Amino acid sequence: MNRGLRDFHGGIHPPENKDLSTQVAIETAPIPDKLVLPLQQHVGQQSKALVSEGDYVLKGQLIAAAEGYVSTALHAPTSGVIASIQNASIPHPSGLSGSCIIIESDRKDEWGKRLQPLDYEKVDVSELLKRIREAGIAGLGGAGFPTSVKLNPSAENTIVTLIINAAECEPYITADDMLMRERSEQVIKGIQIIAHMLKPVGCLPVECLIGIEDNKPEAAETLEQTVKQLHLEHEISVVRIPTKYPSGGEKQLIQILTGKEVPNGGIPADVGIVCQNLGTAVAVYKAVALGEPLISRITTLTGRALEHPKNLEVLIGTPIRSLLNHCGLQQIKLNRLIIGGPMMGVTINDLDTPIIKSTNCVLASTSEELPNPTPQQACIRCGMCAEACPASLLPQQLYWYSKTKDFDKALNHNLLDCIECGACTYVCPSHIPLVQYYRFAKGEIRAQEHDHTKSEHAKQRFEARQHRLAEEAAQKEAKRRERSKAAKLRQQKATIPPHNSESESNSEDKAAVIQAALERVKSKKDKTSKLTPEVSNGSAAREEE
Amino acid sequence: MNLLSVSSPHLTRTGGTGDVMLLVILATLPGLTALTYFFGWGNLINVVWATTIAVASEALILKLRGRSLGFYLRDYSAVVTGVLLGLALPPFAPWWLTLVAVSFAIIIAKHLYGGLGNNLFNPAMIGYALVLIAFPVEMTSWIAPRSLASATGEIAPFVDTLNVIFPFHSTTTFDAMTMATPLDAFKHKGDLTAEQVWAAEAVLSAKSWMAWQFVSLGYLIGGAYLLYRKVFTWHAPISMLLTLALISAAFWLYAPNSFASPQLHLLGGATMLAAFFIITDPVTSATSVKGKLIYGGLIGLLIFMIRTWGNYPDAVAFSVLLMNFAAPFIDIYSQPRTYGHKIHK
Amino acid sequence: MSIVSAILVLLLLAMVFGAVLGFAAIRFRVAEDPIVDQIDNILPQTQCGQCGYPGCRPYAEAIANGDAINKCPPGGESTIQELADLLGREVIPLDAEQGIEEGKTVAYIREAECIGCTKCIQACPVDAILGAAKLMHTIIIDECTGCDLCVDPCPVDCIEMVPLRKTAKNWYWQHPEIEVELNRKELITSDKIAGEADRENAA
Repeated sequence: MNRGLRDFHGGIHPPENKDLSTQVAIETAPIPDKLVLPLQQHVGQQSKALVSEGDYVLKGQLIAAAEGYVSTALHAPTSGVIASIQNASIPHPSGLSGSCIIIESDRKDEWGKRLQPLDYEKVDVSELLKRIREAGIAGLGGAGFPTSVKLNPSAENTIVTLIINAAECEPYITADDMLMRERSEQVIKGIQIIAHMLKPVGCLPVECLIGIEDNKPEAAETLEQTVKQLHLEHEISVVRIPTKYPSGGEKQLIQILTGKEVPNGGIPADVGIVCQNLGTAVAVYKAVALGEPLISRITTLTGRALEHPKNLEVLIGTPIRSLLNHCGLQQIKLNRLIIGGPMMGVTINDLDTPIIKSTNCVLASTSEELPNPTPQQACIRCGMCAEACPASLLPQQLYWYSKTKDFDKALNHNLLDCIECGACTYVCPSHIPLVQYYRFAKGEIRAQEHDHTKSEHAKQRFEARQHRLAEEAAQKEAKRRERSKAAKLRQQKATIPPHNSESESNSEDKAAVIQAALERVKSKKDKTSKLTPEVSNGSAAREEE
Repeated sequence: MNLLSVSSPHLTRTGGTGDVMLLVILATLPGLTALTYFFGWGNLINVVWATTIAVASEALILKLRGRSLGFYLRDYSAVVTGVLLGLALPPFAPWWLTLVAVSFAIIIAKHLYGGLGNNLFNPAMIGYALVLIAFPVEMTSWIAPRSLASATGEIAPFVDTLNVIFPFHSTTTFDAMTMATPLDAFKHKGDLTAEQVWAAEAVLSAKSWMAWQFVSLGYLIGGAYLLYRKVFTWHAPISMLLTLALISAAFWLYAPNSFASPQLHLLGGATMLAAFFIITDPVTSATSVKGKLIYGGLIGLLIFMIRTWGNYPDAVAFSVLLMNFAAPFIDIYSQPRTYGHKIHK
Repeated sequence: MSIVSAILVLLLLAMVFGAVLGFAAIRFRVAEDPIVDQIDNILPQTQCGQCGYPGCRPYAEAIANGDAINKCPPGGESTIQELADLLGREVIPLDAEQGIEEGKTVAYIREAECIGCTKCIQACPVDAILGAAKLMHTIIIDECTGCDLCVDPCPVDCIEMVPLRKTAKNWYWQHPEIEVELNRKELITSDKIAGEADRENAA
């Protein structure tokens, strides 16, 4: 189908190196002895572990539940014993560890009770959403956003277009490519389910576009054939887009396919679009049609430090070491180990880091392949970065502001619209680690914001405490006076015994006089005491001025 | 396990700032060849001399600032400054004039502002403007082009030229025929009409005028090459040339006898050198596309105004420096629209 | 005569302009937070008293009345910068008398040693300590501002300030030049790599 494609600003053409890992078919990785399952594999709140040390779990059994709306469930990828729940390496650039469930597999790979397969056309959409949530599906492409949240757009946004992101624009990565070549039927059926879920009741079905870079002709053809076989030509179109990094960025892909821009600070649903990763569609298919939770994924193992780079179907939680060994790692050549692609991936230092739901690639590179960073030269403001920036930012200015910590100006130049794609750093002739500058500035800005809300909170608590202390003091004071008054009265009653009616009336008069005087004093005291404890509170003191 | 931990991206294009600078130097060759062919060895000697001073000054300052010589000299930015000044100064400029211009450019205009990337003004133009103001006589006497230099049409011999520039051990005064540049000639035409000037001034005779046009053409070719290699974008040079051409054409059509023709404006002075080698200096110019258009256009306008109504026959240095001032301001108001934003602030 | 008319004209002009200015001052007045509130918003609200005032607000008032802006160690450099921007004053380094800027800390009670005296609870300015008499106390980390006012009152010294742990969630990339900044401020990353190597070779 020929569509009027738009272009996005900037972009680069780095060497692709994709044929490295497309030579052989997808293989199933062997079950490792030990699986490490981080409780935080997605955007949002950490999952809550439901098992404890020593429990025996079956394959597909729920081991951690979603905590809150934006969160996902976690399942045992194979059968075995929970060895421990402890901190272990997670795929994060900091090298910090996170809380993980560690399973020792018993190699039986015994399935537990599976979920009931659903016929998506017969059940309610809410049922499907529930299933996707139960199956623990989070975006398989990048950040790992819980899919059930994305597929449940708010009522005011009418979804007209579903975009399946199969651009796979990062060099080296071929996981989606191979998935399309080999499992196109699952892909298309998954897309059908997602499209069905987004269709508003009684409305026309959403337009469904699969965006795929034209460097994957084989995959695109396979998909087209499958679409034809399933007679879905009118619902799903495979769109070939020009190869250019980062065409697979969600915002960029939307721009290419529809010409629409996601408004600043908004989400695609604001312009009637939902964007899903291809792998996610397959996971949805498996969850709905087969009743299988997300416990495995296709991951590309590539790089020139591997003898046999290829795509593997791996269990979530498999330590990378076993996969690298499976692909023939040449330890001596390994210089940089990257989770993800060479443009946006994160380096890790621990081979025991596990594969998580969003790990699409493990790149074991040599120092010839990805040379060590060269020293940074001065920025000459050549503007090549601005030409390459897909968000139409001015990276050279942002660099300057980030470097000098002038965060107000950086925000003014829309630093937060930077998608950290790395195109600017790629083209920079002075080898400036621009993206790191932006990441630093963004982190600092967020930290400052966090500090500010925290200090605001502390202030409120401090003032509340001051207020409470003042009130307590006032109450104490009042009680003390009450007591002393009562004591005085008792004393009076004791010293003036009743003689006769005359003196009685006299004494009553006297008592009334004393009472009135006391009350005058009290009211006077009340006024002053109300003020005194609050003087220590600044605001009250200031109001006095 | 000691693996590299760095921020993405892990892939970068090869080639650095030094390569960009080398390309610029390469692109000056057609212009330099034309200059040497028509005006003798003077500019070639100047270029070599200026480059030597530039590199020496740079090295001196780097040493004083305690920085790595090898690393910083390899960005070749000092060489570019030296080459550009060597091209811009008159062929017979004495050695001390070049020394003053180049060392001032490198030491004051570049390094006192913080070095490459931090200088507000184009160093070459600062150096040029300094000597233009301080030594107006030396700066306005150009050598006569080949066809006028001698009866035989030969250019001055290399050794003689060297002796003029470095008059140390030789007392033989080489009697080179100096004369004004075409723009200079036109500037001082007095009450003559344009036609009379063209007839009266030797420098504007067909053969001599051709020399100037060829030099400009040389710069144009070099500029086109740099554009092709994507060293800079077309916006600033084209905007400048177009503005200058349009505005001079308008005035020339209105009063052909009092105003210089667009041809003279575009090819008669340092216009082409400025358009492709001076205003494209990224450090001191505006950065966004819109900003570059404004920046280039205003330089074209200023060149015309200063040439026509100012005291100096050529105006490139002053126009560029004035717009260097304005570049940060232009940048503020010419931010491109960011993805997803409706209209920029 | 002319002098009189000149004076009259000037007087008239002065009155007209005065009226215009007066009108503009009222009509176009920008409603702004009082300066003390603005300063108070910048201060970190730890209420720690390290500045010598009994809380952040009193210090804000003192600054508004001309006190130095460099007496707040918890806020550190960034707070001084912000205050300088707001008040149009010079940025000055932190006054060492008040303490030095340290990483963020939170109080931690070694619970086995706690005797339940409630003294720390009384000292905490933001009610971040939970507990009751003769019962073990504990800190609510999210509420603790790290002011360390609870450390001194503890009779058994069971409270210590511990640095806030970096987690994958609050971690972010540091400034690419940070290591170099520690060594020599003026140089950029490349200097360290290239320059240092040169120096070492020379040595």
